[in-house]
Amino acid sequence: MNAIEVRDVSKSYPGFTLSNIHFTLPEGCILGLVGENGAGKSTLIRLLMGASGANSGQLRVLDADVTAPDFTKTKDSIGVVLDEAHFPTSLNAKQLGRIMAGTYSRWDQAVYDGYLKRLDLPEKKRIKDFSRGMRMKLALACALSHDARLLVLDEPTGGLDPMVRDEILDILEDFTRREDRSVLISSHIVSDLEKLCDYIAFLHKGKLLLFEEKDRLLEDYAMARITEAELEALPKAAVKGERRGKYGVEALVDRRLAPAGVALEKPTLEDIIVFFARGDKE
Amino acid sequence: MNIIISNSDPRPIYQQVGEAIRGAVISGELSPGDALPSIRGLAKDLRISVITTKRAFEELEREGYIETVPGKGSFVSGASASLLRERRLSEIEEHLRRALELGRSCGVTPEELTKMLKTLSEEDI
Repeated sequence: MNAIEVRDVSKSYPGFTLSNIHFTLPEGCILGLVGENGAGKSTLIRLLMGASGANSGQLRVLDADVTAPDFTKTKDSIGVVLDEAHFPTSLNAKQLGRIMAGTYSRWDQAVYDGYLKRLDLPEKKRIKDFSRGMRMKLALACALSHDARLLVLDEPTGGLDPMVRDEILDILEDFTRREDRSVLISSHIVSDLEKLCDYIAFLHKGKLLLFEEKDRLLEDYAMARITEAELEALPKAAVKGERRGKYGVEALVDRRLAPAGVALEKPTLEDIIVFFARGDKE
Repeated sequence: MNIIISNSDPRPIYQQVGEAIRGAVISGELSPGDALPSIRGLAKDLRISVITTKRAFEELEREGYIETVPGKGSFVSGASASLLRERRLSEIEEHLRRALELGRSCGVTPEELTKMLKTLSEEDI
């Protein structure tokens, strides 16, 4: 089964178009959604949640059409963390748990209590006195406590310190130990996604520039630090993006198309993203 | 079994995983019939992609080092230890032959090579 299927989806707002998005996320995998501000990440997430309708194309989540009237039933199996948590701020974590128990049919109080403890969240403190990081952790605890089969996380690690980010990555790894659980996570912090994800989707100006298995990307592409003349000698198709400096050129190249003898270095995911965006501009 | 995944290693991650498991088999740490960790569990413990781990296992299977029983998991195959040793021996022979050729090209005798090998192995300890 597929966790997410997006078929030729387009959506327009005045001044912004998400065009022809097409990808499939198999069950049990973690997808990292990367893109600059305004690239269309949140728009795509809203479409996937059925919160707004696409102009064309089809979206299926956990094998259900997001426009179907009974999609609300599927939502019971989706855990969502948006970049601003909208909890009633006068409640504390314990009271919030009681509300969630009435919202989700498979709410597990013991799991919730466990996450509050693991994430160092106080039960009795009111949410309005929580820091941004604590609110994010609380939203995550809720999303993880109703036996969801898909987690959708919009910038969950933004504004968090490295230790908490690492803890969250650990929790997400644990969550996907079960084969029927999948995660969609959007983030600016590409290094977090580099550690965690099975697939990478790169949205750039409303277009899906990349959808690929992460380790394939890291194997197939390489950085070449070369001279202008060496760059000109490379086959055009091999060069995905370049940065020309005063004393030399950095280029992202496709290993499979680069001639032998060019010195290639392992790229980071960030290199790949940045240079694909540069290549798109040209 | 230790599996160290290094970013500075030029080999792709699936090869690093495969090599670590081969190493465990050849050193006797894993014996024929031993169960390997599940693909998903191993991926999560190593914090690497499930797809990559699956690829490593598929390669080991193709090479005959492990066998996968549907629903039960993967096991070290009976023939793998001797198979591995055989392959390693022929690899070593190949390297030694190459050393001999290099030596011949600049007048280093086999005796001197033997001495070099001995010195090197003592340095390692």
